[in-house]
Amino acid sequence: MSDKPGYRRPQAGTQPDYLHPAYQSTNLRSPSKPLVFLPHSLSEITGPTIGAERIAEHDNDLTAQHDGEPQGERIIIHGRVLDENGLPVPGILVEIWQANAAGRYNHKRDLHDAPLDPNFTGTGRTVTDADGWYQFQTIKPGAYPWGNHHNAWRPAHIHFSLFGPSVLTRLVTQMYFPGDPLLAYDPIYNCVPDTSAKERLIASFDLEKTVPHYALGYRWDIVLRGRDATPMEK
Amino acid sequence: MTLNATTSHTVGPYYHIGLTWLNREDLANAGTLGERVAITGQVVDGNGDVVNDAMLEVWQANAAGKYDHPEDDQDKALDPNFEGFGRVPVDGEGRFRFSTIKPGSVPGLKGTTQAPHLVVLVFARGLVKHLLTRIYFDGEAANGDDPLLACVPAERRRTLVAKADAAGVYQWNVVLQGTDEETVFFDY
Repeated sequence: MSDKPGYRRPQAGTQPDYLHPAYQSTNLRSPSKPLVFLPHSLSEITGPTIGAERIAEHDNDLTAQHDGEPQGERIIIHGRVLDENGLPVPGILVEIWQANAAGRYNHKRDLHDAPLDPNFTGTGRTVTDADGWYQFQTIKPGAYPWGNHHNAWRPAHIHFSLFGPSVLTRLVTQMYFPGDPLLAYDPIYNCVPDTSAKERLIASFDLEKTVPHYALGYRWDIVLRGRDATPMEK
Repeated sequence: MTLNATTSHTVGPYYHIGLTWLNREDLANAGTLGERVAITGQVVDGNGDVVNDAMLEVWQANAAGKYDHPEDDQDKALDPNFEGFGRVPVDGEGRFRFSTIKPGSVPGLKGTTQAPHLVVLVFARGLVKHLLTRIYFDGEAANGDDPLLACVPAERRRTLVAKADAAGVYQWNVVLQGTDEETVFFDY
């Protein structure tokens, strides 16, 4: 079997180093020895294909998972999943999780003194359509304090997890909201030096997606790694 | 058009609410072909303290050495009872355990053959980007010819090799940081 193309390596400054001292949890959890360069073999250009058969109705509507409506500002987030070559990535799983409008996660380890919402779990999932589009309806999460440094607050964010077509396209990241004053102080948002890479983590307000008298729209596109143009040399 | 991949961020400490629905600690079912193996271990940090909020994802070939994926065009049979994906959270002591079948050998690059192995991704608070490593099996003759193990400094290869204990359960730990036993992670 001839070798197939691998995936492009990251552009400098666009992906974080494991050690980022401003984010204190990296100090004891980042490898101290050099990473070993991994040529992309069949083991990595393949990966789990988990699709629409596991998605149920309301899985992408976080406001419709309980008897009542959750508290907070109703929003619709949509966007396109593309690869680095600009091609849509159809049929892939997108998982999200988030805090409620008060900035509290429905998680036993979240001890923030803010109310839980009995009508909000904060979990969603969907599959991209044939053109790579996804959509969620949810409420805008609140900011919340954390113990990283004195008076540390996470900006409002939604966690995203995507598989893509291979092990190498696996992506876990966070989406932020425009105009959030906490972004400037957040060591996680600022874990890469490339300004445009950071700004691409911020959704944009989308008036066309906004539903009158109902919900604000936001657009957020996601880019997964793309294939190299040429196979590795034989 | 050329774009750059979206920046990776940590799963954080509360990933369970979004991700546990897909937990899968038994990759094989009663009909799956191949030799059953159980793998267990612990995730620890640079102080040797347990990491109780990590999650592993596993990807592997079936017993014949075939991946359930369209890019694998080898002339080998798929196993309808095996997908090859696992999602395995750690418990409060940083311990994990999963069961599967030992995969067959799969092709490497440039005509080489890779020894049976599992690809493992490690996610946790404090990992801004997930780590990628592998599990090989102690005693496999093919380990000596594996093209990726050959890229790993000899004294560190043992961190990638699971060893069976007296009960036949393979032991394999994830040491995120450490002077001697730090697990080998790959630049993927």
